[in-house]
Amino acid sequence: MDFQIALFLGQDGLTNGAIYALLALALVLVFAVTRVIFIPQGEFVAYGALTLASLQAGNVPATLWLVLALGVAVALLDGVQAMRHGSTRRLPRIILVNLAVPALLWLVLGSADLATLPLLVQILLALAIVVPLGPMIYRLAYQPIAEASVLMLLIVSVAVHVVLIGLGLLFFGAEGTRTPAFTDGMLDLGVTTLQYQTLWILASSAVLIVALYVFFGRSIYGKALRATALNRTGARLMGISTTMAGKLSFTLAALIGAFSGILISPITTLYYDSGFLIGLKGFVGAIIGGLASYPVAAAGAILVGFLEAYSSFYASAYKEVIVFTLIIPVLLWRSLTSHHSEEEE
Amino acid sequence: MSTVSEKPILLEATDLCVSYGKVEALHKVSLRIREGEIVTVIGPNGAGKTTLLSCLMGLLPGQGEVVYIGRSLGNDDEVEERVGLGLTLVPEKRELFADMSVEDNLLLGAFDRYRRGQRDYKVTMDEVYAIFPRLKERAGQMAGTLSGGERQMLAMGRALMAKPRLLMLDEPSLGLAPLIIREIFKTVARLRDMGVSVLLVEQNARAALQVADYGYVLETGEVSLEGPSSELINDPRVIEAYLGLGGKH
Ligand SMILES: Nc1ncnc2c1ncn2[C@@H]1O[C@H](COP(=O)(O)OP(=O)(O)O)[C@@H](O)[C@H]1O
Ligand SMILES: [Mg+2]
Repeated sequence: MDFQIALFLGQDGLTNGAIYALLALALVLVFAVTRVIFIPQGEFVAYGALTLASLQAGNVPATLWLVLALGVAVALLDGVQAMRHGSTRRLPRIILVNLAVPALLWLVLGSADLATLPLLVQILLALAIVVPLGPMIYRLAYQPIAEASVLMLLIVSVAVHVVLIGLGLLFFGAEGTRTPAFTDGMLDLGVTTLQYQTLWILASSAVLIVALYVFFGRSIYGKALRATALNRTGARLMGISTTMAGKLSFTLAALIGAFSGILISPITTLYYDSGFLIGLKGFVGAIIGGLASYPVAAAGAILVGFLEAYSSFYASAYKEVIVFTLIIPVLLWRSLTSHHSEEEE
Repeated sequence: MSTVSEKPILLEATDLCVSYGKVEALHKVSLRIREGEIVTVIGPNGAGKTTLLSCLMGLLPGQGEVVYIGRSLGNDDEVEERVGLGLTLVPEKRELFADMSVEDNLLLGAFDRYRRGQRDYKVTMDEVYAIFPRLKERAGQMAGTLSGGERQMLAMGRALMAKPRLLMLDEPSLGLAPLIIREIFKTVARLRDMGVSVLLVEQNARAALQVADYGYVLETGEVSLEGPSSELINDPRVIEAYLGLGGKH
């Protein structure tokens, strides 16, 4: 392998690694706050990309129907609960968030000439459609069993994943799509060339990671999420509701997933089920971080990106095998170094 | 029945029963807390004191009636909602955020008020630092590295950040050195002067009765005695069981 190829592979590894790192961070966040191993994370990647592609083709994305349907379900559940509780003052908010906003989105999508909108507006619309699915799925699938065991929550995750894959096929068909690059063209660096989209991916991931860091380190809501992860009872006693924390972490995970998909869809063809493998690689990173450490998870995910890039050169038929085999030494090392604490829930 | 001198009732529980599965831990417990009072519940280990506070806070479901500022609290009034009503619990296990700084722990004590638009947490934090100067010295330190006394101060300070109307303390003296215990009880008395009502649960009966206005004795899930603290402290039954030489629980 000459230097040129090594550089090219390194660039590929770093780009993929950055995306895996974002997904790994989302997985660690969701697990720390809710104890949910969020298998459907990858579906948000595919949904984000395919929803954008659908907008760019001038269609109203089918994911909108899912938002409308889940919105009605959540509004019914929360509404009935609020009524039984006698707290009618909650109803306006429930209706606004779950019914009015999706309906407004429907109106906007139905009246605009979607294909000719500026790319930024299309991206924002795609996010506005896909991201609400996060908290809605939390409300419907996880909130009712929030106190269940990690295994039970995992089983629900697998179920949600299967349902979303099925719906993905229904919504988008079996065809793959690519979306146009944010900025066309290449940057010539002499030794190598860099697609502008690669720069977009690296810069956006870096910005997003810094934003998450600031959110958790500085904002009171970020600290509230950390507090819930550290001590659920303590957090509840401060008025930090476990439900609010769950919905917020799912919202962030959905945003990270959908945005990742939008970032990579100009350089990778994505299918309705492509998200799973991508999410799984983020998961390997998250496992390296023990589903607990954000920096280690991010570093692990970047390592996964490099490993994948270089193994695709040396043994391209086995590249997935090599990446997922990485889990075995990591798990061994984890089980040898972890001191099991009885006090933990 | 309310005479001019009697302060309004803040919280009244009537015939409260709480069970863990089939085992009843509280049986028909009734108690009343007036505005600006310190009320104490004393009793031996396993009497149901923690169970009582957990139920009042909404952590455990119960049967019976709880009226707080004229509003009936039911089992579907969640903990978070009760925090918003000015009820705050400092639990027996403190439940601090160990891997966060003292200051962040305090800040999160004001989370509910912040969420509802009251953004004056810096002022409240200064008030808390004035009560517990030690916390200010330790502001940047991780909560998990504090000493037992400091942890209790932080737990109380964090609760005060919510500006509670009723502060419930579960055995604040548990596991602390006598000197620190005295400091904690002095602080409790000071809180009353600042207008906070306190429900103080203690095994340390002497210290609790000295600081409280009214007391209840809880034994195996039932109230066996109640009265003004000045009377309880001289009651032979209390002296024998909780204050006498042989009755050091
Ligand atoms: N989580 C629980 N499950 C079952 N029984 C419990 C639980 N917590 C407390 N108990 C029982 O309820 C009774 C009262 O306990 P508790 O309220 O902790 O007493 P105290 O705080 O006065 O020491 C005890 O008999 C105790 O064993
Ligand atoms: Mg107790």
